Amino acid sequence: MSIRETPPSWSHVGRHAMFPQAAHDDVARFDFLANLNGYLSATVLPRVREAWESRVRPRFEREHGRPPADRHEVRKAMAGDPVYQTWSALRRNSMEMRQQVGRALVLGQLPALIEKAHAANDGAPTLKLDPTVTPPRYADAVDIHCMPGGYHGALCDDDVSNGANYDAGIFATTGGMLGRYNDGGGQALAQWLRETRPDFRPRRILDIGCTIGHNIVPVALAYPEAEVIAVDTAAPMLRYGHARARALGANNITFVQANGESLPWPDGYFDLITTAMFWHETSSRAMPAILAEIHRLLAPGGLTVHLEQPQYAGMDPYEQFIRDWDAYNNNEPFWSEMHDYDLKAKMIEAGFDPGSYFETKMRGVVDRAIFPEADGGSEDYGRAPIWTAFGASK
Amino acid sequence: MSATLPPDFDPILLANAKAKGKRPWFFEDPNVERVMGIAMAIAMEHAVTRQRLDALERVLERKGLMSREELDAFAPGPEAEAERTRWMKAYIARVLRIIQQEADAAKPERRELDRSMPEIMEELRHS
Repeated sequence: MSIRETPPSWSHVGRHAMFPQAAHDDVARFDFLANLNGYLSATVLPRVREAWESRVRPRFEREHGRPPADRHEVRKAMAGDPVYQTWSALRRNSMEMRQQVGRALVLGQLPALIEKAHAANDGAPTLKLDPTVTPPRYADAVDIHCMPGGYHGALCDDDVSNGANYDAGIFATTGGMLGRYNDGGGQALAQWLRETRPDFRPRRILDIGCTIGHNIVPVALAYPEAEVIAVDTAAPMLRYGHARARALGANNITFVQANGESLPWPDGYFDLITTAMFWHETSSRAMPAILAEIHRLLAPGGLTVHLEQPQYAGMDPYEQFIRDWDAYNNNEPFWSEMHDYDLKAKMIEAGFDPGSYFETKMRGVVDRAIFPEADGGSEDYGRAPIWTAFGASK
Repeated sequence: MSATLPPDFDPILLANAKAKGKRPWFFEDPNVERVMGIAMAIAMEHAVTRQRLDALERVLERKGLMSREELDAFAPGPEAEAERTRWMKAYIARVLRIIQQEADAAKPERRELDRSMPEIMEELRHS
């Protein structure tokens, strides 16, 4: 069995001071889930493709006299296939189990977690909550990726439970590919900035849609002189994220509850503006509004860069269909539309110069403490260690 | 400052909360998926138990109280073997109870196992 097929045990997850306490059986549950996911992607998913190639596609072509025109035709044709049904039912179930396990871990120790957050947060000028900020519709219409309560839900005053649940579960869902602290995206971004712009010294950095701040912490640590601001609309995430950043020694981040469509800083205030895995959780109206806000907030000579899953353009309809699974079946309602966008056109609409637009692949930084051998480029749809990065300078 | 939870806060039920948004069902018969959901949860808890047993063995071995080699080479005496076999037989029968019951009820000579309540009600009404 190759290393790729055996994810690292959850016992290697990074346990910072804000992280929930976990005992043997909690570890075993996450290990079961990581291995179940590994089995589904390595063993069952290739057979879903075989079912498509060997029986579903030929039947479609016989009936229509042509190959499927797009992923939607593939989806409708595959819906009745037993191998696809089994893979989907198991995958959906695995997502639900992951949430149950994370919640069971966290809710049993919620008072202690809230007290830890209080100890780190109370009176700190670097956490600015604003109860007048309401959840945007795109974050409230469904509980994104099936996390009950979503980013905004609170079970009690000063709740941090979904922040802790989110932090605890990512390691299992991604098979550890994002590293001990689930910050592979931020690590990749920091490394890319170091390599491609060694002389870049941003004075002020903004991260939009930061959730628990896991991707901005490595960037903040890479630029300790910079003033870093991380915004999100969800107070439970910010409370947890602020305490988490403190625990990891990132003291130059201010967590601010604000909506990215309208931010309280003057034009040209930031030298670097980032997002990570954010756009597919917004909406067709919010995305251009936030991009325009980024253009306004960026200083001349500043840089904006965004990590996302790859766009669909150029992929065959079957691959698009599989990547679209989360949109329909894991509560990611904007995923499908967003991955069809011409991102360059969106950036130009927001005011960026076409010549400054760039699109690249960013490879996750492999955490050698848990992966003695680098992964050979396998992509587990939706949670791959290789991202598309796009952006522009002003 | 100490955190206070609402009086109706039930961590067991809340852990199972459903996410907002209609659940997709993939099989024509949702019962298949219901059973699958329960079976996968049991599979997970079985894995947890197996891992815990493994941890226990390793702790005992580390303390010099037993060796896993000895455990793997364990050969029960005739009495223990009989007890273990009886346990295994009972276990299998317990797990497959529903299949046995359904099969028994299908036997022509056991028709009384499969008479419906309305049929018996009707009979008792006239006897």
